[in-house]
Amino acid sequence: MLLDSLMNLIPELNKAFLETLYMVAISLSVAIIAGLPLGILLFVTDRGLFLENTTVKSILGFVVNMIRSIPFVILLVGLLPLTKLITGTTIGPTAASVSLSVAAIPFFARIVETSLREIDKGVIEAAVAVGATPWMIIKDVLLPEARPGIVHGITITTISLVVYSAMAGIVGGGGIGDLAIRFGYYRYDDTVMITTIVILICLVQIIQFAGDRIARLVDKR
Amino acid sequence: MIEVKNLVKVYSTKKNKVIGVDNVSLTIKNGEIFGIVGYSGAGKSTLLRCLNLLERPTSGQVIIDGVDLTTLNKKELRQARLKIGMIFQHFHLVSSKTVFENVAFALKAAKKSKDEIEKRVNELLEMVGLSDKRDAYPSQLSGGQKQRVGIARALANEPTVLLCDEATSALDPSTTKSILALLKKINRELGITIVLITHEMEVVKDICDRIAVMQDGKVIELGTVYDIFTNPKEELTKSFINSVLQFDLPDHLLKKRTGTIVKIQFKGEIAEEAIVSDMLQTFKVKGNILHGKIEYIQDMPLGIFVMELTGDPDEIQRAIDYISLRTNGLEVIASAA
Ligand SMILES: Nc1ncnc2c1ncn2[C@@H]1O[C@H](COP(=O)(O)OP(=O)(O)O)[C@@H](O)[C@H]1O
Ligand SMILES: [Mg+2]
Repeated sequence: MLLDSLMNLIPELNKAFLETLYMVAISLSVAIIAGLPLGILLFVTDRGLFLENTTVKSILGFVVNMIRSIPFVILLVGLLPLTKLITGTTIGPTAASVSLSVAAIPFFARIVETSLREIDKGVIEAAVAVGATPWMIIKDVLLPEARPGIVHGITITTISLVVYSAMAGIVGGGGIGDLAIRFGYYRYDDTVMITTIVILICLVQIIQFAGDRIARLVDKR
Repeated sequence: MIEVKNLVKVYSTKKNKVIGVDNVSLTIKNGEIFGIVGYSGAGKSTLLRCLNLLERPTSGQVIIDGVDLTTLNKKELRQARLKIGMIFQHFHLVSSKTVFENVAFALKAAKKSKDEIEKRVNELLEMVGLSDKRDAYPSQLSGGQKQRVGIARALANEPTVLLCDEATSALDPSTTKSILALLKKINRELGITIVLITHEMEVVKDICDRIAVMQDGKVIELGTVYDIFTNPKEELTKSFINSVLQFDLPDHLLKKRTGTIVKIQFKGEIAEEAIVSDMLQTFKVKGNILHGKIEYIQDMPLGIFVMELTGDPDEIQRAIDYISLRTNGLEVIASAA
């Protein structure tokens, strides 16, 4: 009986799993591509740093905080017009990826900023004293020095995205979390709920494990 | 030549203003080793960091080889910095990069080609004695080795000036000696002007040509090391020098004494004259040397002796006057009991 219902679930689970991976992959890519430069900018425009710029710093800081303070569900619905503009639709995993990306960018940017802040200011100063350009300092000092922290940040962001993608069901995003909510929460189907939760737990554990391994690998200190 | 003119650096915090450097003017000659000494908070680092504009002066000028750094735009300043090396107390190496990459970074800043970088880094590592550590990471090096990497990085683009911010303060005495020897070699062989700041008078005594003593953001005394050591004017300078030249007499010696204890300082040539034996023959006093040493500062001798004089008080006074006249450096530490 239990086995039967599990067997019936497999195609559904399979689809949901791929949807989750799809949404996480897209929004993680966007978060890294946009969040990394944003995090760097937040850091280097800070007081006393080599691209100090109070205006840029405060505007970026404000926007980042604003997005981060909006509950994700509201962001998900509020961004529907933008989603329509970008993807041409407001439902499905692609559509859900838009809101996930928007939420993940400032999240990841702050993590990048925090990792950069851990770098000894003296090391940055030594690079300035040598006559290096800002771009060189970012590429050859900041990023290598913050690499382990940034990898940890990617891990955390990925896990958050897996969790947040569960809410994508509201816009028909699908994914494992959505399956858990639809079957488990609304239909009281314990088998589905427990199965999906076990899958989510495993997924998060694997991501964390892989992330830690990579962080250790890139840590040359 | 480095000319600092009316340099002022004020740090404005929310609550108040802190004066880091208070209207300092000085000239550092080409090829000299110039020391800046003072207690912590005196403004040494601030002054030094103004020399390559890591710290932008609130007012005043920093002119290096005729160029006023404060007038340069960002790009020109980067070009100027290629020719001003700097090393730090805590080395400030990039921990995720190898020794080679750390030094290569400076050359990349000067837009050197790969081949040039390869050649020059090897040259530099040879010079600082670290050829075998080329591929090591900073965490695998000792403090002295890290500072050598710092020096190689600072010298990469053949600077005319090397700024050293407490470069030996984090090192043990024997490593300090070896780093100072390296700095001296760099100064003599490459003709690089060195400006170093330190709170350790030993460092200054070992390698500087001239020094400035700083207090509360101001330079209170400036001169050749020998002049400052033999003839300090300010109280602060004296206390600094005493940290090197003073020796505390053991209490039991002072308690047992019956005569007058004097400290006699012999400078330069007179260190080789037989002043003490002349004195002992001329006056009816007995002299007993309690302590003595000869320091060499910039290769010139400076002798310091502590003697106990016993005999007739008048005779002692005459002996003291005699020595004062001939040495210009006698101090009565304790009169006859
Ligand atoms: N970034 C800064 N902000 C505020 N005050 C500073 C800063 N840097 C130095 N100061 C102040 O300037 C004075 C001189 O400091 P510093 O040049 O570091 O002294 P030193 O190197 O001789 O120990 C001190 O009173 C210090 O507190
Ligand atoms: Mg200092």
